[in-house]
Amino acid sequence: MSDCKINPTEINMVDLKRRSFLKTSLGVVAVAIAPGMLLFDVAHGKSEPASGKVRWGMLIDTNQCKDGCNDCVGACNKENGLSDKTGATDPQWIRKIELKDSSSGRALSLPMMCQHCEHPPCVDVCPTTASFKRADGIVLVDKHRCIGCRYCMMACPYKARSFVHEPLHDQNPDVPRGKGTVESCTLCVHRVDQGQRPACAEACPNKAILFGDLNDANSEIAMKIRSVASAQVRADLQLNPGIRYQGL
Amino acid sequence: MKLLASLLLCLCIPAVWAAGADMPKIDIGKGGQCVKDPQWMRKNHMRLLKHQRDETVRNGVRDEKSSLKNCIECHASIKDDSVIARDDSFCVACHRYEAVKVDCFECHSGERKSAWLQRNAK
Repeated sequence: MSDCKINPTEINMVDLKRRSFLKTSLGVVAVAIAPGMLLFDVAHGKSEPASGKVRWGMLIDTNQCKDGCNDCVGACNKENGLSDKTGATDPQWIRKIELKDSSSGRALSLPMMCQHCEHPPCVDVCPTTASFKRADGIVLVDKHRCIGCRYCMMACPYKARSFVHEPLHDQNPDVPRGKGTVESCTLCVHRVDQGQRPACAEACPNKAILFGDLNDANSEIAMKIRSVASAQVRADLQLNPGIRYQGL
Repeated sequence: MKLLASLLLCLCIPAVWAAGADMPKIDIGKGGQCVKDPQWMRKNHMRLLKHQRDETVRNGVRDEKSSLKNCIECHASIKDDSVIARDDSFCVACHRYEAVKVDCFECHSGERKSAWLQRNAK
């Protein structure tokens, strides 16, 4: 019977060995996993949705917008992969418009694009809910749902939307576009979501396009709208566009 | 009985070999596993992509983990930076084998973003 007795010191040795083995293996596992978890944390993009507290908008100073300058249009076309053509079937997201008051002779030049209305008629008429307004006020076309019926193009009082008539190739990976769908200015949503300004605002040599959050009382755009006279185009339609014009 | 077994074996080996020969040869690019194991992804990648696309387009959630752009980043061929350029490209090889039309790339770019940016820098 005495043979079966276990030496207490032996137990301790085994326990110690096991403990140190567990410790080292835990350490090794931690070292192996940690960089992966850190990398994963760094690598995933923006996981929170667009905020309803924000309302993105623009203030366009027509006094600064130069007649004949087309830089915003060029920047938009380059960013979003549009051709520079202006034919009847070529998509255009921004157009430069020249206005002249016939009685006074005062001439104006301004960029015209999707006005990102608070109550967008294009969203009202869309039969597939492809046209929609994002929580932060950006009006977009969900091309996964768009059937190309073009009701929204007829509903838009600003003629801001275009239909893609031709097959496209070599699109910007950030801006998917394709034949058979309607599209318009996205306020460069892919840039805005990364904290950048829209391409047109960045490209304007005269700083005529001011982009920002209309709801943030301390933002540059909100302060300027409070201090200078600005107008919405076709304000009588009560669509409350997010794009405002100064000196109109 | 022995004869029957050996006969069966003789019949099975070429069958297995032939099945293996028919499998698509896929250029998996850099490859690697960041979402789920390959077998799960083969069955379910379309569900992930469909869920993610609505989250991104409609709600502005730009989580990269299951975004199409992030898939392309690793699975585009090292040779031509694309998942659709050749018959053995990552998306094309399987979809052709399974005879399932892939619509994504009528609008989406099948090219790795870094390569596209480099090409369009000028």
